[in-house]
Amino acid sequence: MPAQRDETLPIRSESDVVVVRQVARAWCADAGFSLVEQTKMVTAASELARNVLVHGGGGSVRLEAMTNGARRGLRMEFVDQGPGIPDPQQALRDGYTTGSGLGLGLGGAKRLVNEFAIESAPGSGTKVVIIRWK
Amino acid sequence: MDRIPILKMGEFLLVTIQVDMHDRLALALQDDLTDRISRTGSRAVLIDISSLEIVDSFIGRMLSNIASMARVLDAETVVVGMRPAVAITLVELGLSLPGVRTALDVEKGMAQLRHALHGSTGAGAGGDADAGPAG
Repeated sequence: MPAQRDETLPIRSESDVVVVRQVARAWCADAGFSLVEQTKMVTAASELARNVLVHGGGGSVRLEAMTNGARRGLRMEFVDQGPGIPDPQQALRDGYTTGSGLGLGLGGAKRLVNEFAIESAPGSGTKVVIIRWK
Repeated sequence: MDRIPILKMGEFLLVTIQVDMHDRLALALQDDLTDRISRTGSRAVLIDISSLEIVDSFIGRMLSNIASMARVLDAETVVVGMRPAVAITLVELGLSLPGVRTALDVEKGMAQLRHALHGSTGAGAGGDADAGPAG
């Protein structure tokens, strides 16, 4: 699966979250995603970008165009250097929340994409990778 | 800071969300709307989200909050114009906007609100000039 192009965006403010949504939308359109596919990927990106900002204290996202044979896709990697999550599997459950949210962010984002991976430990930040295929 | 305009038209408050909202803007709308409901005594709020390309959990929660707060202030809320792709995504995300009245477009939303207002107990208050036993 050779990566063809990539782009990295900062996530340091609420306006950056809006920019992530807009850039993700453009990449999804480039990958030939249908409107529903675009909407799912952009919504997942919005949830994860907000997590980076609110829980991770800011970080970044890297977008990468993917191909797998004739299939095209988009990979997004969200990284922060925040406090990390003690139990990432528990955090994926609906209703898990550390505060103000509905607890749908991580689990909801996972349902909206084809591939989802999370790496986190207390003190070492969090990395979430999502891929959606056309 | 930008604000989302709230228009008063007769007994209705109308909001059309036309920008990709950052979170603070969504929270400001929540505050502004509840404030306008209590100041104007409006009993119906219509929120048009036909321009929104996504509704994530934060915006979904804001819509639920607005509907709940409005209800506590004796006003009905209807959210209109949700795009089909947004509806599909929202349900998959795990949000079904409980307690939020919806309609396909502004016209149907208005009809729902009129029915809710005038089909319920009173036919709407006349004036609201008396502000309690002052003096």
